[in-house]
Amino acid sequence: MTSLATPSTFDIARVRADFPILGRQVNGHPLVYLDSANTSQKPTQVLDVMRAHHERHNGNVSRSVHTLGTEATEAYEAARAKVAAFVNAPSPDEVVFVKNSTEAINLVAYAFSNASATPGSDPRLRLGPGDEVVISEMEHHSNIVPWQLLCERTGATLRWFGVTDEGRLDESELESLVNERTKLVSIVHMSNILGTVNDPARIVARAHQVGALVLLDCSQSVPHLPVDVRALGVDFIAFTGHKMLGPTGIGVLWGRGELLDAMPPVLGGGSMIETVTMEKSTFAPPPARFEAGTPPIVEAVGLGAAVDYLRAIGMEAVRAHEREITAYALDALLSVPTLRIFGPETPVGRGGTISFGLEGIHPHDVGQVLDDEGVEVRVGHHCARPVCVRYGVPATTRASFYVYTTTEEVDALVRGLERVRKVFG
Amino acid sequence: MEFDQLYQEIILEHYKRPHGRGLREPFGGEAHHVNPTCGDEVTVRVSVDGQKLGDVSYEGMGCSISQASASVLHDLLTDRPVGEAFQVHDAFVALMHGRGQVEPDEELLGDGVAFSGVARYPARVKCALLPWMAFKDAAVRAGVTVGPEVKA
Repeated sequence: MTSLATPSTFDIARVRADFPILGRQVNGHPLVYLDSANTSQKPTQVLDVMRAHHERHNGNVSRSVHTLGTEATEAYEAARAKVAAFVNAPSPDEVVFVKNSTEAINLVAYAFSNASATPGSDPRLRLGPGDEVVISEMEHHSNIVPWQLLCERTGATLRWFGVTDEGRLDESELESLVNERTKLVSIVHMSNILGTVNDPARIVARAHQVGALVLLDCSQSVPHLPVDVRALGVDFIAFTGHKMLGPTGIGVLWGRGELLDAMPPVLGGGSMIETVTMEKSTFAPPPARFEAGTPPIVEAVGLGAAVDYLRAIGMEAVRAHEREITAYALDALLSVPTLRIFGPETPVGRGGTISFGLEGIHPHDVGQVLDDEGVEVRVGHHCARPVCVRYGVPATTRASFYVYTTTEEVDALVRGLERVRKVFG
Repeated sequence: MEFDQLYQEIILEHYKRPHGRGLREPFGGEAHHVNPTCGDEVTVRVSVDGQKLGDVSYEGMGCSISQASASVLHDLLTDRPVGEAFQVHDAFVALMHGRGQVEPDEELLGDGVAFSGVARYPARVKCALLPWMAFKDAAVRAGVTVGPEVKA
């Protein structure tokens, strides 16, 4: 990789030069991309690696003796090792490649489901009436719906942490909420709508005290701050490639090795078996057990390149840059008359995702006017409808930042909001 | 993009000062529709008097396009003969699906022609159609059958 900025010499102009899309115009204005929590843009380094893989090394993985197949397998497994190191996993075998975070979470849910229906399976993975699964009110739908469905299938009960007026996780009921009936706690590391970064330490300690497992949805944290699975002490994390400068179609389930070992398969098919007879099959060890069929090979390779890119900058530098932008944006947004922020109003314990509302103006209209100025934000319920309900609004407008975001872009957002207020005021 | 065509003055007027807003009795049928992608919602009530519509009342929550569209719907369809009402309905739906290529009939659609710009923004077509889809369901529930001379 070409020489990239180090933490002490973080150079935003050089970073931006790596992202060709940032040079385009939208509706006659320079693109101001403030929707990275939705999907991030991709640097040339990632695009080049993916193109080179298809042009020079394309073969199927894990089954071919020929040179191309071997090269493809090496590239795919090298990506797994890069991802494992990126989150400080003890072994690459603990990294399961999936389609996205949604699939990662569903994989765990269906492993619980299958274990519950299989006599002799690991009791930690068995759920039935009287057992409880705990989530929170600030979850993305992908960390709500799979557990609702799992509870319906098994007769278990779903419970949840509330959210405070300030947008923090309400842990005041922790002792009663996570109890001896709890089998799994699944909460978000960084909220995709409020921007809140949760410290899961107390919840993890309590969950493990009562013998429950913990899944942390890291979709919004792994791209933006250093994440260390060993330091977090959780049992599973889920994240997705396209929010961290990689392509769509590739996500990650990390699980503690002995837990993955105990989990029954979810999808059956090629590559996940040990031996197959017409009557019965035995299964490969993880991660292969959970990767049936031809995987998204070039997407995994692209994710590996994205990890290389982020490591070259340094995740501490990424976090520091975003903290600076976030502090600037919070100040600037709070100066807009009638603007209300949903989530923490200080840059402490939060990331660079800010949801807000303008009094009496619907977010769809806000987003439409901003788009006319080339400012791309997300509007709606952000797949976290319970959060909107919690704050009594049908939807919010959300600006989200990344390593390539500048203060000038925040200024463009604020100017756009002035125009919104003129049109609808 | 033709931004001013999307937010024409007529639309902003209906949004800021909606006509006939509020759910009223009596009514023959009611339907509540939600746009799952943005959470906009609208409830439409239809009262029927033989082959003629009576009051078309509504309540809703959402963006300027969906709420102005409900206001225009109320103006256009209240006290309208059933056959005509569905002609207007079908013309509005056709305009919205026309990707900006359909020439609207001002006599038939009245203020509804202001929405022709919306058809160029695929993400917003659903907003404009929300009250009209709710109307159609409410009318069916009110027992309104569309005459043979009107294409469904």
